Amino acid sequence: MTDPQALADKVIAMVGDRAEAEAMVVAGNRSLTRFANSYIHQNVGEDVPQIELKVVVDGRVSSAATSQVGDDALNRMVDTALESARLRPVDADWPGLAPQAEAADVEHWDAATAAADPAERASRVADFVAAGPGLRGAGYCETIGLTSAFANSAGQRLTGRETRAIIDGIHQTETSAGSAHQTGVGIGDLDGAAAGTQAAARARDSADAYDIKPGEYEVVLSPECTATIAVFLSAYGFNAKAAVEEQSFVEIGGQQFDPAINMWDDVTDPRALGVAFDSDGVPKRRVELITGGVSKSLAHDRRTAAKLGTESTGHAVPGSESFGAFPLNVFVGEGDQSIDEMIASVDRGLFVTAFNYCRILDPKSQVVTGLTRNGTFMIENGAITGALTNLRFTQSFVEGLGGGRVLAVGNDGRFADSEFGPGFIHAPSLHLASWNFTGGNDG
Amino acid sequence: MSSRQEANLFGYSQAAVEGALAAGATYADARVVIVKDERIEVLNQNVESLGQTEAAGVGVRALIGSSWGFFATAELTETAARQAGEAAAVVAKAAATVPGPDVPLSDVPVVTDHYETPFDEDPFAVALSDKVDLLVGVTETIQSVPGIALASATLQFFDTEKWFVSSQGHRISQHLVESGGGFDATAIGESETQRRSFPQSFGQYETGGFERIRRWDYPGNAGRIAEEAAALLTADECPEGERDLILEGSQLGLQIHESVGHAIELDRILGWEAAFAGTSWLEIDKIGQLQYGSELMNVTADATLPGALGTFGYDDEGTPAQSVDIVKDGLWVGVLSGRDSAALAGLPPGGMVRGDGFNRLPMVRMTNVGLLPGDSSLEEIIADTKDGIYASTNRSWSIDDKRLNFQFGTEIAWEVKDGKRGRMLKNPTYTGIGPQFWGSLDRMAGPEEWVHWGTPNCGKGQPIQVGHTGHSAGPSRFSNVRIGVRG
Repeated sequence: MTDPQALADKVIAMVGDRAEAEAMVVAGNRSLTRFANSYIHQNVGEDVPQIELKVVVDGRVSSAATSQVGDDALNRMVDTALESARLRPVDADWPGLAPQAEAADVEHWDAATAAADPAERASRVADFVAAGPGLRGAGYCETIGLTSAFANSAGQRLTGRETRAIIDGIHQTETSAGSAHQTGVGIGDLDGAAAGTQAAARARDSADAYDIKPGEYEVVLSPECTATIAVFLSAYGFNAKAAVEEQSFVEIGGQQFDPAINMWDDVTDPRALGVAFDSDGVPKRRVELITGGVSKSLAHDRRTAAKLGTESTGHAVPGSESFGAFPLNVFVGEGDQSIDEMIASVDRGLFVTAFNYCRILDPKSQVVTGLTRNGTFMIENGAITGALTNLRFTQSFVEGLGGGRVLAVGNDGRFADSEFGPGFIHAPSLHLASWNFTGGNDG
Repeated sequence: MSSRQEANLFGYSQAAVEGALAAGATYADARVVIVKDERIEVLNQNVESLGQTEAAGVGVRALIGSSWGFFATAELTETAARQAGEAAAVVAKAAATVPGPDVPLSDVPVVTDHYETPFDEDPFAVALSDKVDLLVGVTETIQSVPGIALASATLQFFDTEKWFVSSQGHRISQHLVESGGGFDATAIGESETQRRSFPQSFGQYETGGFERIRRWDYPGNAGRIAEEAAALLTADECPEGERDLILEGSQLGLQIHESVGHAIELDRILGWEAAFAGTSWLEIDKIGQLQYGSELMNVTADATLPGALGTFGYDDEGTPAQSVDIVKDGLWVGVLSGRDSAALAGLPPGGMVRGDGFNRLPMVRMTNVGLLPGDSSLEEIIADTKDGIYASTNRSWSIDDKRLNFQFGTEIAWEVKDGKRGRMLKNPTYTGIGPQFWGSLDRMAGPEEWVHWGTPNCGKGQPIQVGHTGHSAGPSRFSNVRIGVRG
């Protein structure tokens, strides 16, 4: 593999004194083993570097990218970016290149995961499938090992490496499904049998589901549901670009949530994944998003930080000039109740194991519609009494977590897949006073 | 490109296939793909981003037993391609730990051919300054309307070249050109945002050159769209209730995409996408018997429509583009399929398998799944409606994992009373269940208002792939739909 830092340095040298420039190189391997109907049907891998370049000619900014590391392709990328920059107007919002700064000394890396072979992934899949005899298993096991390197013409140079290992799947009966998810730094942490056992139990328990009338119900939400909520709060609320454009609901210093809600972003947490700098070449900082229900601060890239007269928090991602900064190491604070304790405290309500296909109706009100999936259960008198067919909800996430509505926070925090990808939201279960279900199985 | 370079690129695909066969694959195919794209985004007259990307490499599929193995490399040399082929076979073999039934492949013609998207004006040859000027001018017009906070405009172009080789002897090159873009205006109130987009949400994408952009007349529509966005802040809320729903064409296009297009994907029906994208409410043994919608409903998946976004010469398995009947007079008659899924289901292969670039395993993808036009017009439909709304341009979309239970929001609606379009309504939503909704289709506009809407952002698969699909539709009416769902 080409040395990513050397490659980033080389690209900056190729631009030379023709422009200010920054380059990001991500290289390594991504491998994924997919299964359905209880057998592996797709097994994929790639070794594809991504080289991204941004140049600034007299305040005129342009970017280009390539997957090729040869000199011809790199020169073509550099020339394309320079030529485009010269033809466009000055970028009034260009904040300048990131200055030299060291990133936190963290490395979320596991050598065994970076070197994992298809047989190791297949072994986890075999364990998942074997845990659901008589059921149909489907899902994937993925291992990723990447090195990222940044360089700019202001002398900033950063490099970091990361691994990720994921098993995610469902078991299905003829009428129902149950899911399980695990994400961590190392493949050694993945327990296919445990994941398969949970998915199988939920699938069996959610068979023979019945319809209930839509309406407001008390709910216990799994970490997957909490993660979905956190994604919407982050993307449409604590994203400083949304605030600059006045599309965010966030009022800094305002008690917008129940005091039981805490949320922050911190790449230095030992449980976190990823590297310690962003695509602007800025070291990631811990950001308090919600503390005791109070909205505390926003996630910034260099553009929004310059606009609001503050410093970047290191949350630029590729394309954030268009859609804004995005926190990628979000933790939702845990409470002290187990999922069983939360269920035991419900007189009449629902236990929801996953949300699905959630989409925002208005970013400012945070009204989102979505459905339940892979197991929705009726709770009566402190116990699960039956399975329900999937329900549609239309609910403001901010109101759902509002003052007095969070009855308990779980002690079961883990990386949960929000439907928008694994590994960036670490979240517990939640017990909420009310959730607005607007449709049932029949519409 | 010289014939020598062309031969080299076919050679890399050939080497990848040979590597896979030598490592034990029973079938293999490979694609060298070079994709260039250019994207320009303007916000409030400032160029927010300007980027160009070139991705090139070779991806190879190897079939062994019940599993496809796939490996991609960006290194375009014969040695690297051969090694990629070997790697694809190695990962396919590893699947034997958790085996299933052997994958059969339907027969398709083995051809040597070349296909090119017809276009008049190479979008990459149009001066960058002209493109920027167009977008800046549009946002300036939008911003001139009082009450508008955000004016954004986008152009994006793709130039894709592919060199496909299979172990059965296919040798197909293609050059596909896609052009898209659009603009939107956002008005921001105390506790709400209102947006209007043109030509549709996320822009309109088509196959072809810059002529596809010009024909939409962005400057001529910017002022009207901005005024509508500003007016929405003071418009009445869309009332709740069951009423007739007239959908504007682009919204109907997305409705087709979500509640027909995905439901008829044979890989979903067979359970291959169960864990992520989901399955389907359709069961393959009901094909030819199940009533999908009203007798007015005729849907085709037609990869040959000139200008439509899901148009090509061959899919990424070397199957020729074709038109397949999906729903005929309301009866479900067809699916979207590839060589493996079609063989398993006992159906002819539909040529609907495509991959997102060189580094993704090709999978079943919508081509142009469209609703054939009727014989009416929007004007006539409104005149014929006693109590309903006319809803336009998507704002939110959500549907369950079986593609049955949906809820959509549109940017704007107008009340329709006694045959007349009346007051503007904000926050319109509607919800329903697929076959009931399609069963209520009772009026459709004719060919004059039929547009090949393009969806450039269809996510599916793991790792995620983004697909480009087309959906032909015109304004149509559905009776007694639940409207105005509130949060």
